Amino acid sequence: MTEPRRVAVVAGNRIPFARQDKTYRHSSNSDMLTAAINGLVDRTGLGGQEVGEVVAGAVLKHARDWNMVREVVLGSKLAATTPAYDIQQACGTGLEAAILVGNKIALGQIDAGIAGGVDTASDAPIAVNDELRNILLDLNRAKTYPERLKVLARVRPKDVVPEIPRNAEPRTRKSMGDHAALTALEWGITREAQDELAYRSHVNLAAAYDRGFQQDLITPYLGLEKDQNLRPDTTVEKLARLKPVFGKGETATMTAGNSTPLTDGASAVLLSTDEWAEKHGLRPLAYLTHSQTAAVDYVKGAEGLLMAPAYAVPRMLARAGLTLQDFDYYEIHEAFASQVLSTLKAWEDPIFCKERLGLDAPLGEIDRAKLNVNGSSLAAGHPFAATGGRIVAALAKQLDENGGGRGLISICAAGGQGVVAILEK
Amino acid sequence: MTDRYQTFTRTPLGQTLVKNLGLPDPVPLQRWTEGSRVIDGSVVFGAIGETEAGKAIQALLRDIGASFSTATEGVASSQIRPKALVFDATGALSTADLTSLQRFFSPVIRQLAPAGRVIVVGRTPELATSTEQHIAQRALEGFTRSLGKEVKRGATVNLVYVAPDAHEQLDSTLRFFLSPKSAYVDGQVARVGTGPLVGNDPERPLAGKVALVTGAARGIGAAIADTLARDGATILGVDVAQNADPLRKVMTRLGGSELLLDVTAVDAAQRIAAHAQEQYAGLDIVVHNAGITRDKRLANMRTDTWDAVLDVNLRAPERITSHLVEAGTIRAGGSIIGVASIAGIAGNNGQTNYATSKAGVIGLVQALAPKLAEKQIRINAVAPGFIETEMTAKVPFTIREVGRRINSLQQGGLPIDVAETIAWFADPASAGVTGNVIRVCGQSMLGA
Repeated sequence: MTEPRRVAVVAGNRIPFARQDKTYRHSSNSDMLTAAINGLVDRTGLGGQEVGEVVAGAVLKHARDWNMVREVVLGSKLAATTPAYDIQQACGTGLEAAILVGNKIALGQIDAGIAGGVDTASDAPIAVNDELRNILLDLNRAKTYPERLKVLARVRPKDVVPEIPRNAEPRTRKSMGDHAALTALEWGITREAQDELAYRSHVNLAAAYDRGFQQDLITPYLGLEKDQNLRPDTTVEKLARLKPVFGKGETATMTAGNSTPLTDGASAVLLSTDEWAEKHGLRPLAYLTHSQTAAVDYVKGAEGLLMAPAYAVPRMLARAGLTLQDFDYYEIHEAFASQVLSTLKAWEDPIFCKERLGLDAPLGEIDRAKLNVNGSSLAAGHPFAATGGRIVAALAKQLDENGGGRGLISICAAGGQGVVAILEK
Repeated sequence: MTDRYQTFTRTPLGQTLVKNLGLPDPVPLQRWTEGSRVIDGSVVFGAIGETEAGKAIQALLRDIGASFSTATEGVASSQIRPKALVFDATGALSTADLTSLQRFFSPVIRQLAPAGRVIVVGRTPELATSTEQHIAQRALEGFTRSLGKEVKRGATVNLVYVAPDAHEQLDSTLRFFLSPKSAYVDGQVARVGTGPLVGNDPERPLAGKVALVTGAARGIGAAIADTLARDGATILGVDVAQNADPLRKVMTRLGGSELLLDVTAVDAAQRIAAHAQEQYAGLDIVVHNAGITRDKRLANMRTDTWDAVLDVNLRAPERITSHLVEAGTIRAGGSIIGVASIAGIAGNNGQTNYATSKAGVIGLVQALAPKLAEKQIRINAVAPGFIETEMTAKVPFTIREVGRRINSLQQGGLPIDVAETIAWFADPASAGVTGNVIRVCGQSMLGA
């Protein structure tokens, strides 16, 4: 077998992220992902061409969308002969898709591929509850009219109540925010620190738009040109006035301002070998060099739901032979401000690093000026599966603009999982 | 929560029904309040000969300002209603001497005031100098346990075994058993051994001490924190993040510090040690109160249900104790207190996991007491019976009623009763008290 090949991030594109039930309320996942991919195809001049594979996913998905990504490809400007498949790893979907495409490129199985993700919190699938579902399936099996009537007679008023997807862990029945609130308490993360981080996210994203950084990262969609959640004029004082929404009483610190809102949006990233890029008149922005996943047992309370990246990063650093300080940029997905701050505090904590990570010394502090320099999910919003693509594209461009460097990506996901990666140039 | 039946029995109609139908008659117990005296009333003291223990007891009675007499006949024929009867049986060298018990108690027992106290002090049988003495001393237990069931109106009967040369250590233990602080401790045997003499202020025995209380946010844990703080201790309250808000309220009230963690977390012990070291340079008192129930018959028991209970109730105290001792976090003169349960002694239907964990806590106390003595650290446990808490309020009515009544005091205890017993263990003056498991159960019939 030959040596693995370098995996270049060549381009990225997304549609602006919209708040739930606003501009994209009538758009489906397929509509949005198609828009994001078509924008990418237009920008890279790949219209009508075939790429090795398109890998993407959505967290909230209709049952009918079982082959969503292939259907999207068929409806896109890519050649209809482009293979595609769906994946799902909660909020880690987008980054995991990039890792999967990258791995096939590295192994020489494909030369280029598109990784993406999409989610809608507006056009959410609503299902009939299990009781009614069983009745309807029995109805379908019934052969005669009397049999069918008998089955239908089983319907009770409560059976008509639909099941709406909830942002809650099936095993704990607690929402992700409530889980994060517990972790915030254990790590003593203050309201002030969370509001400050949220404020920096808005300021940094607004600045990124102002200096034209987003110009070749975004394709306007349905008249929206910027992320709808962005509040360029927000202040720490305004954030401090919001009432807590997760946790109870005077110890509650998490508000709608320092937690990500439910959002609609899609993103896509083009990855390839150096040769493929050159042949297509494209230029590598950065290289995807390392990746890692980890999961924690949050069910028994052994670890916080969103703390898996705190485990994944040190394992990846060990394999890469790097320290936490060897980075020029840190992209830590802001699911909640408290998640970012808990993770950073854990890495600085000698007891956590020794007892839970098995390290001799703590990973240590990072330079906060290098954190989420172009804003992150608190400002942009977080359409679950689309976040990975947003981060990979923006970090690759930032590294390219910087003339090189190294960036860390860390994304926490439902189910106690974490997906992390390194981009370098 | 309120005991409606008990409230009803205090009404004229209730009293009539109770008397005529022979129903349980639970007298409201007297509890210690700010400014209470150790004993509010006169004491009658008896003894088998003059002993060192007897002298120490009489010195204490003088010290607390109790009017006491040694003449039983005078009391028996008078209108005097003694609040306590204290009998020094350390002088019993053989079974012949046991006659003195009957001679002393029979004439006066009827005179005992409501919520009265009976304390018999004996010599630790295992440390007796002769076989005859061992037998006689062991016999005392049957006497006190039976008398506990005979005395009414909230009175309690307890036995204190004192080791040879440990009579000077009796002070804190006798104060506890004489006072309203032991209101729900009945039919128990306490063992007092030798130890360094600690001259602290009985009003604030824990002044300058730092106490860790796990599960401090609510129920019995909050009562423990309150009580130890009342006695002068600085409280480090631990609870899970879910209870952050109630924990904050308790700790703000007490001026203590809070630490949010799950005691079963892999680094819980290290975190506690680091926090205690940083904030207080160590700990003097450790109360392993955090506990859960997940009741299921064994045939229906799932592995995670079994493990959850053992992890919180037993493995966490085991691991945290071990780390705090090894790390030197617990200072010399320190006191560790476990919370067992009568379920751990008597067993309980549907509680194999819980009873295993609580019996294990007793094992923890017994195994560690001799080892920790070398470091001048003591370890004891309380074993609560039916205590009126949010947890027992959820027990179905009939089972709850039975649980409340099947003890000598015919009522449930209160969280404060458990807390007071823990405060006695925590008191540095209880330097001779280690390896004890004291039930706070009103002399429950379960596992007695």
